[in-house]
Amino acid sequence: MWVYTAQRILYAVPIALGVTVVCFALVYLAPGDPVQMLLPPDASQADVEFLKKLYGFDQPIPIQYFKWLMRAATGDLGVSLQTSRPVFDEVSRALSNTIVISLGAVMLAFSLAFVLGTIAAYYAGQPADRIVTGISVIGVSVPNYWLGIVLIIVFAVELGVLPATGMGSKGSDNFSLASWEQVKYAILPTITLSMVPLGIIMRSTRAAVAEVLAHDFVQTLRAKGLSELAVLRHAVRNALPQVLAVMGLQFGYLVGGSILIETIFTWPGTGFLLSKAILTRDIPVLQGAILILALCFVATNLAVDLLQTAVDPRIKRA
Amino acid sequence: MTDVTLGQNAPLVFDDDAPAIKVRGYWATVGNRLRYDYVSLFFAAVIILIVLAAIFAPLIAPFDPNKTSMAFRLKPIGFRSFLLGTDELGRDMLSRLIYGGRMSLLMGLVPVVIATALGGTLGVIAGFLGGPVNMLIMRTVDIFYAFPSVLLAVAISGTMGGGMSNGLLALTLVFIPPLCRIAETATTQVRNLDFVEAARASGAPTWSIIIHHVLGNVISPVFIYASSLISVSILLAAGLSFLGLGVEPPTPDWGLMLSTLRQAIYVQPYVCALPGLAIFITSLSFNLVSDGLRHAMDVRI
Repeated sequence: MWVYTAQRILYAVPIALGVTVVCFALVYLAPGDPVQMLLPPDASQADVEFLKKLYGFDQPIPIQYFKWLMRAATGDLGVSLQTSRPVFDEVSRALSNTIVISLGAVMLAFSLAFVLGTIAAYYAGQPADRIVTGISVIGVSVPNYWLGIVLIIVFAVELGVLPATGMGSKGSDNFSLASWEQVKYAILPTITLSMVPLGIIMRSTRAAVAEVLAHDFVQTLRAKGLSELAVLRHAVRNALPQVLAVMGLQFGYLVGGSILIETIFTWPGTGFLLSKAILTRDIPVLQGAILILALCFVATNLAVDLLQTAVDPRIKRA
Repeated sequence: MTDVTLGQNAPLVFDDDAPAIKVRGYWATVGNRLRYDYVSLFFAAVIILIVLAAIFAPLIAPFDPNKTSMAFRLKPIGFRSFLLGTDELGRDMLSRLIYGGRMSLLMGLVPVVIATALGGTLGVIAGFLGGPVNMLIMRTVDIFYAFPSVLLAVAISGTMGGGMSNGLLALTLVFIPPLCRIAETATTQVRNLDFVEAARASGAPTWSIIIHHVLGNVISPVFIYASSLISVSILLAAGLSFLGLGVEPPTPDWGLMLSTLRQAIYVQPYVCALPGLAIFITSLSFNLVSDGLRHAMDVRI
């Protein structure tokens, strides 16, 4: 167990380093001089020279990377061209907003999907199963950015019961889940965001529960006279760790991939920050946000993996 | 002797009167399963319709998709001869939707086809050669797995700037790692089986073993996985256009139409929902057909 944990953490280190290489390379992917990318268009020649020296753009690329990595490790990801605030502050402020709706979405998706998926597995091949399978296909096929627009049309334009966009009058500062006035801004983005994980978690719950139900011990449980509900409880408990792992990974995907939904709802999270940065070609913010989001994703995967090993003693990893 | 050899000693006589047992081949079985899978057949027909509409767009579209009209901006569905209304520049929605299918299908298919070829090849090479080559290829793939696909696509096309070719490139790069991994897994499973060993022992060169013995076993899972990626690719491509990173205006594209019409959501909500509906139907059809193929071909990924 401890050996596996140590190995898994060690394995994440080269991956994380690889991620930093990719993010570093992004600036070089962009057309034009990388120095110009990091400065506002009206920067003076002296500024350009200063930055070149500071960031070591006159040195070979591996040294540039090393210097950049060292700065990134201390939280210095440069300065936003638009707001002139440090990129790290911008991203970390937005990250908490993204986590609020991602966590909400994944919990909503899980609670619905686990129940429906279990029902589908129990009634495999019957109408209930077909309906659930249909819902899960729709969940993964629907363009969720469009679903967001449809929800705005229905609930904000036609019915007028929920706000369409934004995060309330107070903005993202001191956002509180205790106040309904603020929470209602999060409802539509959360529902929209939960569609894809809903489909995927449903599918994996159905597969996991069906697999357990096919085991011999289930027959034994029935043979000794347990009620069907009790049999199902055994099956669900066995399938749970696997489904929880899928849920954890989905959370990671949502945090990194909420850009379209946040753009639609102008929810001030990392996705919205990214889409603003794309629009204004704010390369430092773009690079910093992608780096932090990708590292979060690596960390989430690692955590899910370790938790699953800890929770489920059947998984023995060498 | 066990039952495996049973019947070997039976005289080899062909009895013409015995009822013939028809043995179906693999593809015949697959075809037969598909024939009775009405859901897949229906959605395959939908896909064919969408493809035909895209190919023959100039013949079907009632209006020029780029002809603007200030007098007829944002008209509702069914307004005069505009069956599905008009957009914010007075262009006919139906014509734009028909033409828009071209871009969506292109952006859905091209990255998947290229990524299947490249990722599949890389995966077979990594799987068959093993050792340090495998290490190098698969660990590089792992790094790209550390990005959620939306984020990776946005990262690449966001820094390189918009445009269709950058969008295609970004999507292709996003799909190479998963396809590579599928091909690698399938190849590794086959590599150590006896028939590959036998081929090697009888002196077959590596390329010949790969073509004759490995590829046939790898192609099904790769094909099935790639078919499931088409819908992902359509969704991602429309998403990139929506962010202003894919197709450039005034080209009709469903993602782009969704993005520009978003401003008019309070004026013509139903017209605004149309491009997304088109994306949804297309992606749903590809997903269901891919599921049907997976069942029919009996592939587990």
